[in-house]
Amino acid sequence: MSDFPFLSVLTVAPLVGAVVVAFLPRSRPTLAKQVALGWSLLVLALSVVMWVTFQVGGDRFQFRESYPWIPNWGVNFTFAADGIALVMLMLIAVLVPLVILASWHDAEASKRSVPVYFALLLVLECTMIGVFAAADVFLFYVFFEVMLVPMYFLIGSYGGHQRQYAAVKFFLYSLVGGLFMLAAVIGLWVVGGKTFDWVALSQVDISTGAERWLFLGFFVAFAIKAPFFPFHTWLPDAGGAAPAGAAALLVGVLDKVGTFGILRYCLPLFPDAAQWFAPWALALAVIGIIYAALLAVGQNDLKRLVSYTSIAHFGFIGVGIFAFTTQAGTGAVLYMVNHGLATGLLFLVVGMLIARRGSALVSDFGGAGKLVPVLAGVLFFAGLASLALPGTAPFVSEFLVLIGTFTVNKPVAVIATLGIILAAAYVLWMVQRTTQGTLNPALTEIDGMKRDLNLREKVVVAPLIALIVVLGFYPKPVTDVINPAIQATMQDVGRTDPAPSVDTVQEASR
Amino acid sequence: MTELELPPIDYAAIAPILIMLSAAVVGVLVEAFVPRRLRHPVQLPLALLAVLAALTMVVVNADKRVITIGVIAVDGPTLFLQGAILALSAVALLLLGERVVERGGAFVAQAAVTADSPEDRRQAENAGGAGEVYPLTTFAIGGMLIFVSANDLLTMFIALEVFSLPLYLLCALARRRRLLSQEAAMKYFLLGAYASAFFLFGLALIYGFTAGLGDRVAGVDFATVNAAVANSTASPVLLFAGMALVAIGLLFKAAAAPFHVWTPDVYQGAPTPLTGFMAACTKVAAFGALLRVFHVAFEGARWDFTPVLGAVAVLTMLVGALFAVTQTDIKRLLAYSSIANAGYLLVGVLAPGSGGLSGTMFYLVAYGFTVLAAFAVVTLVRDADGEATHLSRWAGLGRRSPVYAAVFTFVLLAFAGIPMTSGFTSKFAVFGPALDGGQVWLVIAGVLTSMVLAFPYLRVVVLMWLSEPGDATPTVAVPGGLTSAALVIGVLATLVLGVAPDPLLDLASSAADFVR
Repeated sequence: MSDFPFLSVLTVAPLVGAVVVAFLPRSRPTLAKQVALGWSLLVLALSVVMWVTFQVGGDRFQFRESYPWIPNWGVNFTFAADGIALVMLMLIAVLVPLVILASWHDAEASKRSVPVYFALLLVLECTMIGVFAAADVFLFYVFFEVMLVPMYFLIGSYGGHQRQYAAVKFFLYSLVGGLFMLAAVIGLWVVGGKTFDWVALSQVDISTGAERWLFLGFFVAFAIKAPFFPFHTWLPDAGGAAPAGAAALLVGVLDKVGTFGILRYCLPLFPDAAQWFAPWALALAVIGIIYAALLAVGQNDLKRLVSYTSIAHFGFIGVGIFAFTTQAGTGAVLYMVNHGLATGLLFLVVGMLIARRGSALVSDFGGAGKLVPVLAGVLFFAGLASLALPGTAPFVSEFLVLIGTFTVNKPVAVIATLGIILAAAYVLWMVQRTTQGTLNPALTEIDGMKRDLNLREKVVVAPLIALIVVLGFYPKPVTDVINPAIQATMQDVGRTDPAPSVDTVQEASR
Repeated sequence: MTELELPPIDYAAIAPILIMLSAAVVGVLVEAFVPRRLRHPVQLPLALLAVLAALTMVVVNADKRVITIGVIAVDGPTLFLQGAILALSAVALLLLGERVVERGGAFVAQAAVTADSPEDRRQAENAGGAGEVYPLTTFAIGGMLIFVSANDLLTMFIALEVFSLPLYLLCALARRRRLLSQEAAMKYFLLGAYASAFFLFGLALIYGFTAGLGDRVAGVDFATVNAAVANSTASPVLLFAGMALVAIGLLFKAAAAPFHVWTPDVYQGAPTPLTGFMAACTKVAAFGALLRVFHVAFEGARWDFTPVLGAVAVLTMLVGALFAVTQTDIKRLLAYSSIANAGYLLVGVLAPGSGGLSGTMFYLVAYGFTVLAAFAVVTLVRDADGEATHLSRWAGLGRRSPVYAAVFTFVLLAFAGIPMTSGFTSKFAVFGPALDGGQVWLVIAGVLTSMVLAFPYLRVVVLMWLSEPGDATPTVAVPGGLTSAALVIGVLATLVLGVAPDPLLDLASSAADFVR
């Protein structure tokens, strides 16, 4: 079974599904939804099989496939997944069906074609899987750029207030980053001897000056995508304007391409430059944690608030990556998964709340828990997971990042810890102002607020809640997959973990 | 008195040129002797057949590497570029021959009628179009074929005139907005005449420079110029001044800044099918000549001309990108985009070695098909007064005609260089060799201007899809078979060259060697 071309099939399958859905008659929207959901479930099933087939402790890259594409430039369709890519692929496969289910009625509100909305979601899934599965730098770049197109139309055509502005800003920011990366990709191709193969490129010696420029080219693209402070301003606009389902994918998966890219490309391909730039990257990450958390506290728009919390969380991931320890690195990747689950859930729940109230403003709510207790409870849980309460999955990753960082860089770890306090502030205050306290009388007059979660919505939130709790208590299946990949990455960078201080105690006792 | 010795002529090698020029002559005769109503049905197949026959001869000649009569070099780049010109011309002819979208086609019957007079309005409404369009176009194509194969500066100059004069005329033949069209033709003619004069003056200086070769007769064929660059005892001022003036003549045709000012006005005023023809084919011809002149004749002076042409390239990219942002007319926007693309092409011209050469040739073909598709869509978006080119009129087009809006969106994404389109692969094809040749600054300028240029393209996409259609949103005319065919070919080429560029890249790199 391990010979099965999982990665290429996983990449192509959603695209085929998208074509099928797009050509379904516009007059039968329900059929389109069902086909899209079924298709994404098929992808999920295949991903589960792939997860099971993955040999923990086996080769670093598995499921490798390679087909020639443009021999003149040394471009191949090369797919391969390490542990980091594998968990991200799994996250995509889990989130997409839930998002489709959660977005069941989103497209109707926009007066635009319903089948096209779901086709776009499937196209997005294709490009997201491709970007994580690619092991050829050119192929990665292709997916990285093409990914913008479906997202652009999801935000621009189906979004809410200020959608045009947000869509254009999103596209231009990403394109600018992508073009910096294009220059670096061509540069890498030239110094690497006209090949795009990741394995070959990771063994090329590059002069210090060139390495730093190439690192910067890639890093700027990824820092915009992630986004890190100060490249983050597009995310609150895009997240605020996108339909809730698309926003969950945008923040839950799309932005992880940035941090994933840093781990897969910036560190192993340019190890010396990565170390040279690490203090700067850490500084940006730490500023991002504090600054975005402070802004989140002040937001009155629910979706913008969640977007800002994400920027703070990406700061944590950045700290974990650039601390260069196995613990922090594993924590960062685990954070990428957990953040996808927790923030994805938060976005979806907030979307359900907004759909009922017809407004995204915190001040339009108040005491909503009295009307929709189950929904309010889920929101509370999602909030707690987002602030990394022990017992939820994000706690494990945040804790790993902090202790992994503390061993090598105490000031950064200490400042980053402040972010946890701010996280408590923005989450709890948001929950209090929307669902707790005295009931806002305006809410009782809105029909939507009288309906609590229906079955469809329960089916959407239940798996996410279950995953967050299970991974909160037993993250081992995921960390086992991530760990070898992170160790290999740290080896590429040439960093070894600091020896545990226990050794010295034993020395002394001898 | 000695007998005049005729040089041996390789007729097969120059067959494509002969076919096009004879077809043009026949076209003139058809115009004179065939009844009016039969002219269009005769002329269009005649022109198309000639193009296809010439294309066949190019394919037959594929392995030929000769210089015949001393003035026509038939080699890899010549054949590739001639093939490109002919293939693009065939598509452009389909657009030129369209008679369904507008009664009588995009061209006016009698250009001499006073603009905006009652008679003019009458003929705009229902008179048949001019049939001279076809022989004029065929002459222009023939001139372009000579232009890219010319092996000396004098032949090149003659070819320049042969293909420019018909274009000046054709510009004035738009059926609607006659004044704009006439102004465009006038402007193009005057500035083109200046550019030709510059070229001729430069040619004379180069001739003077080659006189400094002791052991060789002075001349303007490229081998002599090449030898002179290395060994001439004449003042290098002659070389540099001559090179600059020749370059000005060629850069004018290529629409590079600061010789670009005619482009927006001419692109806007000329009948749209002709604008597409110019944007695709004239670019191939101009850059084909630039490649030959700078890679063959002036190769030895590479260190001297690279900084200057590099500055021109950067300026061209900047001007094209920055001015495109402020445009409100789709044809002017595409004109500035074509200027910026001239800048990217110059990056390829300056990349040393065969990589730059093949990359530039690939870019020319890819860009040609995309730009033809773009102008094909422009011909279709229209209201009662003809084409609706003002951008505000395109608002909400995605709702009215999703298929054409989607096609245009794809074309714009290709212009913006999004992967899976030929716009991306062609940028890679020129930037890669340029970076390989150490032209880092040109590539960085190219990337930065691409960012700026993405904005105007995106603005059009936003207008079409994300704005609500207003009362003024025109409908998209149902295209006739010819325009549909042109559109399908252009879009397919854009897609195929983006997804599977390898065959054409193979062809370009196997052709990337000049005979000297």
